[in-house]
Amino acid sequence: MTSLPGQGMRVALFATCFNDTMWPETPKAVVTVLERLGVTVEFPLDQTCCGQMFTNTGYAREALPLVERFADVFDGYDAVVAPSGSCVGSVRHQHATVARGCGQPALADQATTTARKVYEFSELLVDVLGVTDVGATFPHRVTYHPTCHSLRMLRVADKPLQLLREVRGIDLVDLPEAEECCGFGGTFAMKNADTSVAMGADKAQHVRETHAEVLVAGDNSCLAHIGGLLTRQRSGIRVMHLAEVLASTERDFAAENELGTAGDNPTNQPTDRPTEEEVTA
Amino acid sequence: MSGTFIGMPKFQTAAKEALGNSQQRRNLQHATGTIRRKRAGVVDELDNWDELRQAGAAIKDNVLSHLDTYLVQLEESLTQAGATVHWAADAEEANRIVTSLVRATGAEEVVKVKSMATQEIGLNEALEVAGINAWETDLAELIVQLGHDKPSHILVPAIHRNRAEIREIFLREMGQVGTPPPTGLTSNPRELAEAARVHLREKFLRAKVAISGANFAIAETGTLVVVESEGNGRMCLTLPETLISVVGIEKVLPTLEDLEVFMQLLPRSSTGERMNPYTSTWTGITPGDGPQDVHVVLLDNGRTDALADQVGRQALRCIRCSACLNVCPVYQRVGGHAYGSVYPGPIGAILNPQLRGTTSDVDQSLPYASSLCGACGDVCPVNIEIPELLVHLRTRVVDEHRGGIPSGEQIAMKGAAWMFSDHRRWEKAQKGAELSGRALGKKDTIGRLPGPLSAWSDARDAPTPPAESFRSWWKREKGDPR
Repeated sequence: MTSLPGQGMRVALFATCFNDTMWPETPKAVVTVLERLGVTVEFPLDQTCCGQMFTNTGYAREALPLVERFADVFDGYDAVVAPSGSCVGSVRHQHATVARGCGQPALADQATTTARKVYEFSELLVDVLGVTDVGATFPHRVTYHPTCHSLRMLRVADKPLQLLREVRGIDLVDLPEAEECCGFGGTFAMKNADTSVAMGADKAQHVRETHAEVLVAGDNSCLAHIGGLLTRQRSGIRVMHLAEVLASTERDFAAENELGTAGDNPTNQPTDRPTEEEVTA
Repeated sequence: MSGTFIGMPKFQTAAKEALGNSQQRRNLQHATGTIRRKRAGVVDELDNWDELRQAGAAIKDNVLSHLDTYLVQLEESLTQAGATVHWAADAEEANRIVTSLVRATGAEEVVKVKSMATQEIGLNEALEVAGINAWETDLAELIVQLGHDKPSHILVPAIHRNRAEIREIFLREMGQVGTPPPTGLTSNPRELAEAARVHLREKFLRAKVAISGANFAIAETGTLVVVESEGNGRMCLTLPETLISVVGIEKVLPTLEDLEVFMQLLPRSSTGERMNPYTSTWTGITPGDGPQDVHVVLLDNGRTDALADQVGRQALRCIRCSACLNVCPVYQRVGGHAYGSVYPGPIGAILNPQLRGTTSDVDQSLPYASSLCGACGDVCPVNIEIPELLVHLRTRVVDEHRGGIPSGEQIAMKGAAWMFSDHRRWEKAQKGAELSGRALGKKDTIGRLPGPLSAWSDARDAPTPPAESFRSWWKREKGDPR
């Protein structure tokens, strides 16, 4: 057997506080994909939160201890991966600023050094491991929403799409006005709930226009916002993190088909999926 | 009087009302979408756009860090060219200067070139109090003025109005202040423009005094520059005997050569054109040609306060192109009035709290009027890092509220930060989430959340926590690696 792309690599997983608590399937999927590629994944248990919510709401002083903790916890690793564009964006573009703003230049330097090794999931796969085909199978109609921080803070560009295009069985369709914000925006979703929902409603409409079964993105917080609208509308469209799509293999679907019980998974649900002509017409 | 729309509710309240106006939302969506596409087209043509932006930012930064020198140079050049220079620390002083200059001419009316600085200081209102009529001559400003409305966009102040509404305003109002529109006026743009042209022509030919702003002021030569599309500016700048220009102190550029950069950046960013139709320049007085009595009022009005903020000062690079408004998903849905200022949109959200301070409800709420999506920063022709500045100003607002009786938000934030600063506390909190996850069983979403969380669940289902966190799973499956 030829050596795997991640052979001999030791990567720390920063699960992010939201994923750790609310969407554990996402960090599990990161572990699955990385181990499949030969990477040794470690999860430092003393990690908590990157502090983004505090920083972006104006609570830099409250974010400071979290900036310090992050730099300490992830100091000794070659690479750190997180399944969230916005949390990686905060680490890379805000941690040093928070430290400097709180009069801690030494911590700012430490944060800058640590941040250099922190990658969003698609960046680690494409840029560091050099893979786009991760051996996934996902036989569904999927549309991808590029979240703002992955797009405009991290500039991941089409890396997630490169990964999705290699997934077996996937029917990947373009999302209209894809690059427009979904309206989540962290505490913006609460502080400016009406505007947030107005933006989200337009995003949800564009998702529905694609007739996709599954909406995929690299940030579960944005997906919770769009997904919350889609389920309220009883649209029948599921949201799913990119990592979970990439973790899916032939076996998952074979097993489901055998058992005939897909539960919430739409695999076995009949879909009234339109033909290509109907969608593009 | 200042640029604050008096009694303005905070952004959230005003936004809710604006979101309910579906005609306005349709108008905005259509108009911003059109300008946005045009801008993208002409920007993509240039392979050196990023270099131009960097050059624009660098020229402005140099000016801002030597503002004292350049302003003195500008004053000398202007004076030498025959203009009279006045300095105004704030809106009130600027209005007083302009009012007395107009009074000295004996004129009871002035024609105006579209100008953000005079909007900012509320000059028209101040002149009205003094019994002087100020006629806006830019088509969109005329629509706003005739409609007793407020501007909602920097470049296209009547962007929230459609053709049918404009026709109604013209028919109802024009005749009361001058030449009426022809009977049988339709909403055909050509007819509407012609009605405005005839109405304004009378005012141009009669006016003794014009008031303008300036897009740029050249320190080396004392040349002022106005960039416009309709030719109304050219009329105002050449026909009257007296010309008074109110210019923000950040508008100064060192040399005429610097225009090379900005004349590429500005038209493309604002109207989505390679070049605007009319660019007027004037240097003090030219004997026998144009206004023979030329005044320049250099306006601070909070600019030096903004300059004192090392992070915030980059907002003073702004050349008022309004590209950030047209790409902003918040502005696009809410419109400009909710920002409570003549500077709406992302630039308004960072400029107003710096120029006016953060004491009013609306100025405190403006830095939060953004999802931090970053689209504004990407299009800014002078590379203002708008999202970073929004966060910077949020921090300022929060810090200014420290020390009093803590609000619910402050208590929640401090509590959460305390919890996150030790992973054992965080694990305990997670256990609580796991328990509620188990209690909720197979239910995927929650339709209604209590208390302040209902802001989420009014329109969105909320996810339920799972029965087992990732951390618990990892401990169970993988053990502690360290």
